[in-house]
Amino acid sequence: MTGHDDLPAAARTRRLEERLIAAGLTSDDEIDEFLTRLYASASPVNGARLAARAWTDPAFRELLLADANAAAAASGFSVPPPDEHGYRLRVVANTDQVHNVIVCTLCSCYPVSLLGPSPGWYKSFAYRSRTVREPRAVLAEFGVTLPDTVQISVWDSTSEARYMVLPARPAGTEALDAEQLTALVTRNGLIGTALV
Amino acid sequence: MTYPAGTRVRVRAFDPDHHTRVPRYVRGQPGEVVAALGRWPLPDDSARGIAPPRVQACYAVRFSAADLWGSGDHTVTVDLWESYLDRA
Repeated sequence: MTGHDDLPAAARTRRLEERLIAAGLTSDDEIDEFLTRLYASASPVNGARLAARAWTDPAFRELLLADANAAAAASGFSVPPPDEHGYRLRVVANTDQVHNVIVCTLCSCYPVSLLGPSPGWYKSFAYRSRTVREPRAVLAEFGVTLPDTVQISVWDSTSEARYMVLPARPAGTEALDAEQLTALVTRNGLIGTALV
Repeated sequence: MTYPAGTRVRVRAFDPDHHTRVPRYVRGQPGEVVAALGRWPLPDDSARGIAPPRVQACYAVRFSAADLWGSGDHTVTVDLWESYLDRA
């Protein structure tokens, strides 16, 4: 028998779906409908808009860091709370002293609506196990080399609480408008594996 | 709320045979509560079909790499339900 760890993720997922369908718990149609709804508007541009607004609007930045569900809702990206099949969204801000990076060691939790579908490496055993153990080395492999004076803060997500990094606004961007600032922010920047 | 921010806690060193949200690498480790996140159903109960599941406070608990791994200068923050923790 093949161990499930030996199978590619898609094959493992399909095997699980087949078991759930065989048990009468769901159907292919229901899964397709759910995924269509989930991904219809999911994009890292949503998270980038929140970040760019936080860079230019101090009151919004304060709300985003204190109650990200409310800040997202105010920006048109509704994230329901955990008791409504959503999650508690927390945004953690990079500063001169702290660089944040998110991971989910237990599975691959992540705010899909704001960051878009998660990259394959985010779900890999290597990223999940090494980020909590040696984040500085992992970040260096992404091309992010931080001075020793910058503390690295790793956030290990659960399904109920999910994280987004607010990158620091790059120097020399004072003249850019909201759209141009939004375009600077990458998905990796919102995960913490890029500076912006 | 049982544990305000700043409370020193220790994760229970348990190893249940059912689903739990306690990553193995923090079991038995000391940490500090940095935020109370809310009160949510305990996944250990939900995953076993226990209805209604216990509803407990969930906390963001920060660990130092030195405690977790014996080396490193970073921190790792993990979301943990109240029954996973004891006051240190």
